[in-house]
Amino acid sequence: MTTLEKTANVPEPRSADDASTPLLEVRDLHVEFHTREGVAKAVNGVNYTVDAGETLAVLGESGSGKSVTAQAIMGILDMPPGKIPQGQILYRGQDMLTMSGEERRQIRGRKIAMIFQDALSSLNPVLSVGYQLGEMYRVHQGLSKKDAKAKAIELMDRVRIPAAKERVGDYPHQFSGGMRQRIMIAMALALEPDLIIADEPTTALDVTVQAQVMDLLAELQREFNMGLILITHDLGVVADVADKIAVMYAGRIVETAPVHELYKRPAHPYTRGLLDSIPRLDQKGQELFAIKGLPPNLTRIPSGCAFNPRCVKAQDVCRTDVPQLHQVTEPDGAALPGRGSACHFWKETIHG
Amino acid sequence: MAESTSESGKKSGKKDEAVAAATPNVTEVVHTDASTTAEVEAVLDAPVERGEPILQVRNLVKHFPLTQGILFRRQVGAVKAVDGISFDLYQGETLGIVGESGCGKSTVAKLLMTLETATSGEVFYKGQDITKLSGRALKAVRRNIQMVFQDPYTSLNPRMTVGDIIGEPYEIHPEVAPKGDRRRKVQELLDVVGLNPEYINRYPHQFSGGQRQRIGIARGLALNPEIIICDEPVSALDVSVQAQVINLMGKLQDEFNLSYLFIAHDLSIVRHISDRVGVMYLGKMAEIGTDTEIYEHPTHPYTQALLSAVPVPDPDARERRERIILTGDVPSPANPPSGCRFRTRCWKAEDRCAEEVPLLAIPEVFAGKKTPAAHESACHFAEEKDVVGVA
Repeated sequence: MTTLEKTANVPEPRSADDASTPLLEVRDLHVEFHTREGVAKAVNGVNYTVDAGETLAVLGESGSGKSVTAQAIMGILDMPPGKIPQGQILYRGQDMLTMSGEERRQIRGRKIAMIFQDALSSLNPVLSVGYQLGEMYRVHQGLSKKDAKAKAIELMDRVRIPAAKERVGDYPHQFSGGMRQRIMIAMALALEPDLIIADEPTTALDVTVQAQVMDLLAELQREFNMGLILITHDLGVVADVADKIAVMYAGRIVETAPVHELYKRPAHPYTRGLLDSIPRLDQKGQELFAIKGLPPNLTRIPSGCAFNPRCVKAQDVCRTDVPQLHQVTEPDGAALPGRGSACHFWKETIHG
Repeated sequence: MAESTSESGKKSGKKDEAVAAATPNVTEVVHTDASTTAEVEAVLDAPVERGEPILQVRNLVKHFPLTQGILFRRQVGAVKAVDGISFDLYQGETLGIVGESGCGKSTVAKLLMTLETATSGEVFYKGQDITKLSGRALKAVRRNIQMVFQDPYTSLNPRMTVGDIIGEPYEIHPEVAPKGDRRRKVQELLDVVGLNPEYINRYPHQFSGGQRQRIGIARGLALNPEIIICDEPVSALDVSVQAQVINLMGKLQDEFNLSYLFIAHDLSIVRHISDRVGVMYLGKMAEIGTDTEIYEHPTHPYTQALLSAVPVPDPDARERRERIILTGDVPSPANPPSGCRFRTRCWKAEDRCAEEVPLLAIPEVFAGKKTPAAHESACHFAEEKDVVGVA
C-alpha cells in the first residue's frame, strides 16, 4: 500500500528470494490492551512496508501506538494484557504471528533486531558489556566464551568505541550516554540482521552526541544494506535520515509520504499542525502555532476521525465516518507515489 | 564591585573598569546598604524598572568535593560543576542558558534558588547578595524567585490534590494570601494557566504531561514572584503540547511582568523564547549575547558545533547546511582540560589553547566594530561562521 518507487541507487536486497516481496510488511495490524478501565485500542489497522536499505520513520506522539507496533513486530509484546485480534506481520512473505515460538526465536535477534531508547535501563548493570555483547554469539551461534569475547571487541571497534580491548570488561555505568547507545547499536548489529527497529534511539542524548549516533547508524545501515524502522517523535531527526515517513495518531497511520514531500506539502491537518508547532532554529516568530487539546484516551477514541476534536478543519463528516488512507494526487489527478492521507479533506489541506 | 572572570588580570591596575568596558553585559552592581532584616526586606520589596538588572551573578563557583576514606574523610578532588560564571538578568527579559548534560546549567539554577550553597561568588538580587542572607531575609528572596521543574511526573506529590500542591506555598508565606482566601486564589491560578478551576480536588495522575506542567507553572506563580527559573520545563513533553506550554509561558511573562531564566538543551526552543542566550560548557560560559548574535553570528566553535548538530525539520535545508560533528564526549568536570576547556574537542585548538584560559570578552578582531559578531565569546580564535543557514 505504501511501498515507494525504489530509487535507482538502492541496491538489491541481500538474500531475497523474490525481489518483489518486501523485507517486512505489516498488514492491518490491530493491538489492544485489556485493562480495568476497559479495552485500550493501541493500534487500529496499521499498514506499512520496509525494503532492504530503506529507512522508514514512524512519527507520532506518546500514546500514538508507534512503539506498540514495533513490539508486536519483535514479538515482545506483553500478552496478556496485550492482544493482537487481527492483522499480519510478514517477514519475507511469511506471517510471523502464526509461527511457532521456536521459529520466531530464529528470526528475533538474528534477522530482526531492536535498539531501545534508554540504554542505561536496557543494559544489565551487573554484567560487563563484553559479556552482554558476546551473549548474542554464545546463544545464537554456540561460540565459546573466548571467541565470543573476541567478537565483542570487534563489534565495539566497529561502533567506534575507543580502546575497545581495554573496555570490553567494563560495566554499563562506566560508559557515557552516547557510548552506551553505541553498545546497544553494536548488540543489535551483532548477527548482521536484515532489519533494525530503533525505538527513539537518540531521545535521551545531547544534540552533539545525537548527531554522532545517527551518523553511525546511517553508515552501518548503508554498509550492511539493512532495512531500518526509526521510531521517533522528533521531526528534526526524521528529516535528517528517513526515506519515507508514516505519521501515526491514536493507533492509525494518518499520513505516509516520502521525506521531502511531507515537509513541503503535508496532506493531513495533524502533520501540518505538528510541523507548524516546532520552534525553528532559523526563525523567530511571535507565537508558536499550537494544536489545541490533548491526544485522545485510547479507551475512548473519538468516533469518526480520531483527530476531529483537535482539528481546525473538522466538519460533520469527520465526526461520523472514519477516513480511509486516500491516495494523494496532484490537482490534475496524477498520483503521487507513496503518498497517502487519512483525511476527508486532504485535497484542501495539500492544495490549499 | 565584582569582576567578570577570575582570570581577568590582563590590565592589572584598573581591573574593575577594564572588565566593565570589555563586557558591557555585566553592569556594575549597585550595593544597597541595609543592615537590619527589616531594611533588607524593604529593599527586596521595592520594584525594579524594566530593563534594569534584577539578578546579577558574579564569579559564581560551585565545587562538589570528592572524598575518600570512611572514618577519616579527606578531600581528594572536586567536581567543578560551576566554575566562575557571571551574567545579568534584566527585569522583564528571558535569558536562555544552553549546554550539554553535565555542563552545570542545572547547578546554576539550584545556586540561584539557594538550594545549594555556592563555594564562592555572589548572586545579587536587587543589590543584595543572597548567598549571604539567612532567616527572614532569605525567605523573602525565595518568595520572589520561583522555579518550574523539568519532569512534571516526579515534581508533583502524587498524594496531594492539585489544590494542595498549588496552595502549599501559601502555608510557608501566609502573608501573601490570608487563609480564607486561598481556595479562590488557587482556582484563579488554575484559570490563568488554562486549566478548569473545578479540577482543584483532583490528583496529579488524573492529568496528562502538559497539564501537569501547567500545574507546576501555577505553583511557581502562586506567590507573585518576579523571577521564574525554568529548568528544562518542556523537554518531557510532546511536540504539540510543548508549543502550548511555551505560548502559555510567553503570555504569563507579559501578564505578570516576569523575568525568566530559561534552562534547556533544545536550542530551537531557547531561541524561540529568549531575548539573550548564554552557552555553557563544562562549568564555564562559552559565549553570551542576544539571540541574533548567538544564532546568526556565533563566534565560539562550541556554539557553532552545537547549532550545526541540531536536526532541522526540513530535508532541503539539511542539504545546504554544513554540519560540524564533534568527536568524543564532554570531559569529566572533576578533571577539566587545562586552558580552554573545549580544546579537547575543538578543531581549531592550538598550543595556546592548552596554556591560556580564554576570557569571556568581545574578541579583539571584532572589538569596536558595529557587527552582531561583536559579543562576548571565550575563544582565542573567535571567528564568525553562519551554521544555521538563514537564507
